[in-house]
Amino acid sequence: MLARRPEVLPPTYGNLLRMGDTFTYAAHRALLPEQALVKEYTTADLTSFPATGTVNPADQKDTALASAYRRLHDGGFAGWSLSVEGRVRNPRVFSLRDLKQLPSRTQITRHTCEEGWTAIGQWTGVPLGAVLDAAGVLPTARFAVFSSHDDWVDGIDMLDAFHPQTILAYGMNGRDLPLQHGAPVRLRVERQIGYKSMKYVNRIVIKDEFDDGAEKGNIRNGWAWYNGI
Amino acid sequence: MLVEARPGVSAASHAGWVRLSHWIVAASVLTLGVTGVLILMVHPRLYWGEAGNDLTPALIELPISRNHRHGGWTAATPFFPGSASPVSASRTFDIFNQNGWGRSLHFLAAWCLVVPGLLYLINGLASGHVRRHLWPSGREVAPGRLSREVADHLRLRIRAATGGPDYGPLQKLAYSFVVFVAAPLMTLTGITMAPAVTAAFPVLLRIFGGYQSARTIHFFTFIALAGFVVVHVVMVARSGFRRQMKGMTLGR
Repeated sequence: MLARRPEVLPPTYGNLLRMGDTFTYAAHRALLPEQALVKEYTTADLTSFPATGTVNPADQKDTALASAYRRLHDGGFAGWSLSVEGRVRNPRVFSLRDLKQLPSRTQITRHTCEEGWTAIGQWTGVPLGAVLDAAGVLPTARFAVFSSHDDWVDGIDMLDAFHPQTILAYGMNGRDLPLQHGAPVRLRVERQIGYKSMKYVNRIVIKDEFDDGAEKGNIRNGWAWYNGI
Repeated sequence: MLVEARPGVSAASHAGWVRLSHWIVAASVLTLGVTGVLILMVHPRLYWGEAGNDLTPALIELPISRNHRHGGWTAATPFFPGSASPVSASRTFDIFNQNGWGRSLHFLAAWCLVVPGLLYLINGLASGHVRRHLWPSGREVAPGRLSREVADHLRLRIRAATGGPDYGPLQKLAYSFVVFVAAPLMTLTGITMAPAVTAAFPVLLRIFGGYQSARTIHFFTFIALAGFVVVHVVMVARSGFRRQMKGMTLGR
């Protein structure tokens, strides 16, 4: 049902470096086993965990987005929702309670930042695949594109989307996901570098064709879209 | 001071595929080195084991960028009760970071090293190049012989270039070290830092003792390689630069 290799690759805009990124993406998809799991650790392995990038969307420059998030945060995220749209049979929204009623997975994994630091944390959340199944992904779907409260846009292919360790995490180290680490829900894409694990997720759009997020996406800002390396 | 070539020296010149590989690899290694330093500048701390970050103790801190500073983090909050708990803290300043193009160029250059490098290795072994030219004999690495070679080289008393693969024992040791130890180690520790690769091959993390151990070994092997490059260029220049360059480009 899902194509083994995506017929659509990330755009390169004639950029040699993006061509190199795409070559690495194609090589990984061709050579690496599809369902390989990253190493999972024990609670004894948990380490201190820096928070970088946006640490509070209520402080961002865009005042509309900032106050929208502040209201949600102050209300304990009772009014928060995750919208799943696009190439799905049942486009819908999920409240935090809805997500917590779906099957949950707890995994202790290593976050690998592109900067070169690593941290081990425990994440609890719903497998993204369960959310996508609830929305009913259409057979032509190839990509899941995420948006966040701090105005990021980024995506993954269906192989990563349905990978068992790809979760929407609402818990960290046994408690609710802290504010600075992406409250109320962040993505975990364990087989890629840390910036693919988007914080403050609030929308998922399923697409048949590649969407690089335009000016907000990685590619036009000089970063690789696929970063399994 | 240049001395005459040894009697009975071979009249061979560098094979075409050797010359081509040499320059592709040289360009790749130079690019890898420069981008590698740039990447290290973003987080100039080295650790051992699986995890390491600004909130954990470092093995070594390198003063190579403004990211070397301490401070600029919010007060640490513990995840669990008790003084031994891991903590969270938030960064409050913008760091120096050129990793967007830096990492992508690093990995592009890595492909340009690994694919031609592997072809060079296979051809080198199959054609007898490694056996005849690179691999030292027991006689050549006898302690007495080696200590004489080292003493001569330190005085820059080296043989005039033949423009071909007529390598002395120290050269053979150095080149064999690069081809069989340093380059494979750089490659393996490098891919051990790729989450997709270690998911497929978790043995890599076991061999090196974790992501940060691989990163630290990657750095020190780079230092050894950088040292090799400096010595190599000096020796090429001092043994008859024009003849050496002609020998490794146009052939003899």
